[in-house]
Amino acid sequence: MTTSPVVVEMRAISIEFPGVKALQDVDLTLRPGEIHALMGENGAGKSTLIKALTGVYTVDSGTIVVEGAEHAFAGPAAAQAAGISTVYQEVNLCANLTVAENIMLGREPRRGGSIDWRGTRSAAATHLARLNLTIDPRSSLSAHSLAVQQLVAICRAMVVDAKVLILDEPTSSLDAGEVQQLFTVMRSLRDRGVAILFVSHFLEQVYEISDRMTILRNGQLVGEYRTSALPRLDLISKMIGTSLEVLEQLEEAPKQSVAALAHTVPYLQAIGLGRRGAIEPFDLDLYAGEVVGLAGLLGSGRTELARLLTGADRSDHGQTRMGDAVVHLRTPRAALDRKIAYSSEDRKAEGIVADLTMSENILLGLQAERGWTRRIPARRADEIVQQYIAALDIRPPNPDIPARNLSGGNQQKVLLARWLATAPKLLVLDEPTRGIDVGTKAEIQRLVTELARDGMSVVFISSELEEVLRVSHRVAVLRDHHKIADIENADVGVDDIVELIASGGRAS
Amino acid sequence: MTAWKTFVGSKIFWPVMALVALLAANTIKTTRFVNIRVQDGHLFGALIDILRNSSPLLLVAVGMTLVIATRGIDLSVGAVVAISGAVACSYIASSADPTGVVTVLTAVGIAAVLSLVLGAWNGFLVSVVGIQPIIATLVLMTAGRGIAMLITGGQITTINSPPYKIIGSGYWLAVPVAVLISGGLFAIVAFLTRRTALGMLIESVGINPQASRLAGVQARTIIWTVYALAGLFAGIAGLMISSNVMAADANNAGLFIELDAILAVVIGGTSLAGGKFSLAGTLVGVLVIQTLTLTVTILGVPPAVTPLFKAVVVIAVCIMQSPVVRARIASRRRVPVIAPVAAKVGA
Repeated sequence: MTTSPVVVEMRAISIEFPGVKALQDVDLTLRPGEIHALMGENGAGKSTLIKALTGVYTVDSGTIVVEGAEHAFAGPAAAQAAGISTVYQEVNLCANLTVAENIMLGREPRRGGSIDWRGTRSAAATHLARLNLTIDPRSSLSAHSLAVQQLVAICRAMVVDAKVLILDEPTSSLDAGEVQQLFTVMRSLRDRGVAILFVSHFLEQVYEISDRMTILRNGQLVGEYRTSALPRLDLISKMIGTSLEVLEQLEEAPKQSVAALAHTVPYLQAIGLGRRGAIEPFDLDLYAGEVVGLAGLLGSGRTELARLLTGADRSDHGQTRMGDAVVHLRTPRAALDRKIAYSSEDRKAEGIVADLTMSENILLGLQAERGWTRRIPARRADEIVQQYIAALDIRPPNPDIPARNLSGGNQQKVLLARWLATAPKLLVLDEPTRGIDVGTKAEIQRLVTELARDGMSVVFISSELEEVLRVSHRVAVLRDHHKIADIENADVGVDDIVELIASGGRAS
Repeated sequence: MTAWKTFVGSKIFWPVMALVALLAANTIKTTRFVNIRVQDGHLFGALIDILRNSSPLLLVAVGMTLVIATRGIDLSVGAVVAISGAVACSYIASSADPTGVVTVLTAVGIAAVLSLVLGAWNGFLVSVVGIQPIIATLVLMTAGRGIAMLITGGQITTINSPPYKIIGSGYWLAVPVAVLISGGLFAIVAFLTRRTALGMLIESVGINPQASRLAGVQARTIIWTVYALAGLFAGIAGLMISSNVMAADANNAGLFIELDAILAVVIGGTSLAGGKFSLAGTLVGVLVIQTLTLTVTILGVPPAVTPLFKAVVVIAVCIMQSPVVRARIASRRRVPVIAPVAAKVGA
């Protein structure tokens, strides 16, 4: 397909974790002097592939060829020795050391058994100069912005004369100017013949900087494309995929939006609600009996919006109204008191209390609402738990096992049970179906539809557009921390949403 | 059989074994060890001594257990012990009627309220200001003894007040009052944490503070409560200790009791990482530490090697109940299940 030489060639890479095929027959080719973007939604296998290349994971099958020699990396050090350097999303540096110390850490020039600090500083200065960076090597790293720290991390990665530089989400916390700084450095490295693998969720940046891209979906290779030859629209639909026919038999929910009916009052109204650095001010009306889907790519501000609605984060703009009154949802507790429940996308860190039993996890929200003095009577507790185990088909149906021993899907059901037990009027579900099997997914979708029919207001967030469209009456579309559209879900297809996201809402 | 197996597999097994071993060693050395006799209508004997001497440490350790369950730690309890004793003794010493019951009750009341306030101060620093528990309570740990010195005027305040003496060395229905107080408070805390939802909410906050917050748990109130409780209990322990010697020693009362309490909690199987806690485990831990102290005397261990002897026992218990060793033992225990079958085939 191309005549340019190849520095890294990964062929038919498969990696399996217990119960999950993380990667299946994935290829990746990196060429010197090219910036290659690795694209895919959450769980597509991007990080797994990177970790295979950097020696963090060992591959179950497939070959990794670096500069003509086949490698089976025993660890990150082996990959680094082969010329592959990585800069991870979170800056992996020591904030309290100086820039020079960070760049040269572990490779300081020595003199008679002790470190030659003067030599260290001058070596660091040389490396910085090679990237045209004018950072004082003697300054403390913590004195610099995240962007500069990111550049220092790159400089450190290039000390070993890397042939391949992997940048995993380097721009996620940088502003526009800082991104340009980073890109300048990336371009100069590319022009020097370094092969760069770039991962980012920002489409604009990918189109600006990359020469070629490889797209993954659900652990499988979608294909490799020249960036200039792949329109945005195609990229998004390739990333999201349209392969969920299994769920199509799900009964068609009435898509009549309640908002369309006259003289209904929203259950909750967000007016100019926003938080600096998280989500730009937005308006959103939520009605009882209606499911509002939030569509957008990862990092578009979906979760940030949800967290403002539910008191998980505080807003610094605008107001929330319920009925005629302005309400201040400063804490999740305040929101729960008003019957607003939020199920976080991060099941492990913000959902399940792993060492408590299934039963305790289900009852936690209700118990917190009652306060510690009014323990839920044992019989009532038992009734509630048994009711939800049966209704949601939680397995194994043993309320006394620790929640940590449940599968992801069942943990998700336990969390749903927790929120439903508090009898919410507004339920915000952030990625309730992520990482769970197809059957459970369908059950949760059906449940959401039923809850809305029974008069609950539901906000549904998912990376899968089909799913959002299937359950929602109305869809709010987000991009780059802006709410760009709010549309009735009538005759709307995935393509329409994709187009909205690609065009930034301007075209419609 | 299965109940026994559950017990063997539980974290509390090795501490209980250590306690049994210590008691057995003492009994072998001197059979009088297990004797309990009634003298003047009071129970006497080495075992009763262990219980009575355990009382202050038990109170401090119970408070510490709850604090540790929320991922915290309270280093200031020793200082609170000193302050509480200093306040009570100074009040009694300066009052017109040191032997009056009203005087003593007032002194006890003032000391208890002050301890509660000091505990609440720790809770405030940790839950509202957000200072790390070890630092927040370090403030009072170091400053607290200064406060106690200030109260006693740098002297050891000795008093003579029979009603006050009852707290530490009195008897009621043949049982030492100190044992009744600490036993009663232990029971109340056990009831509060296991019969109300307090225990579960404390554990929830300790295991996953973020998830608990989103579930609407008022972590701040809970954290505040456990520190206040730890302060109050340390204060009551301080009353016992000063009552026992009828003096307030700002420098030495409750010295290093915080470390003994933490040790008791850890021996009892509650992880310093927070979460699941066991009050029964803490009780066993306290008894182990106290029995160990007595064992040293009974076995005639030379004073110079006493700390070493204690250290060896404690280290042994901690190693035996560490996850790594318990997993090893569990896997080795499975081997004999297969071995007899193989032997049969061979025969």
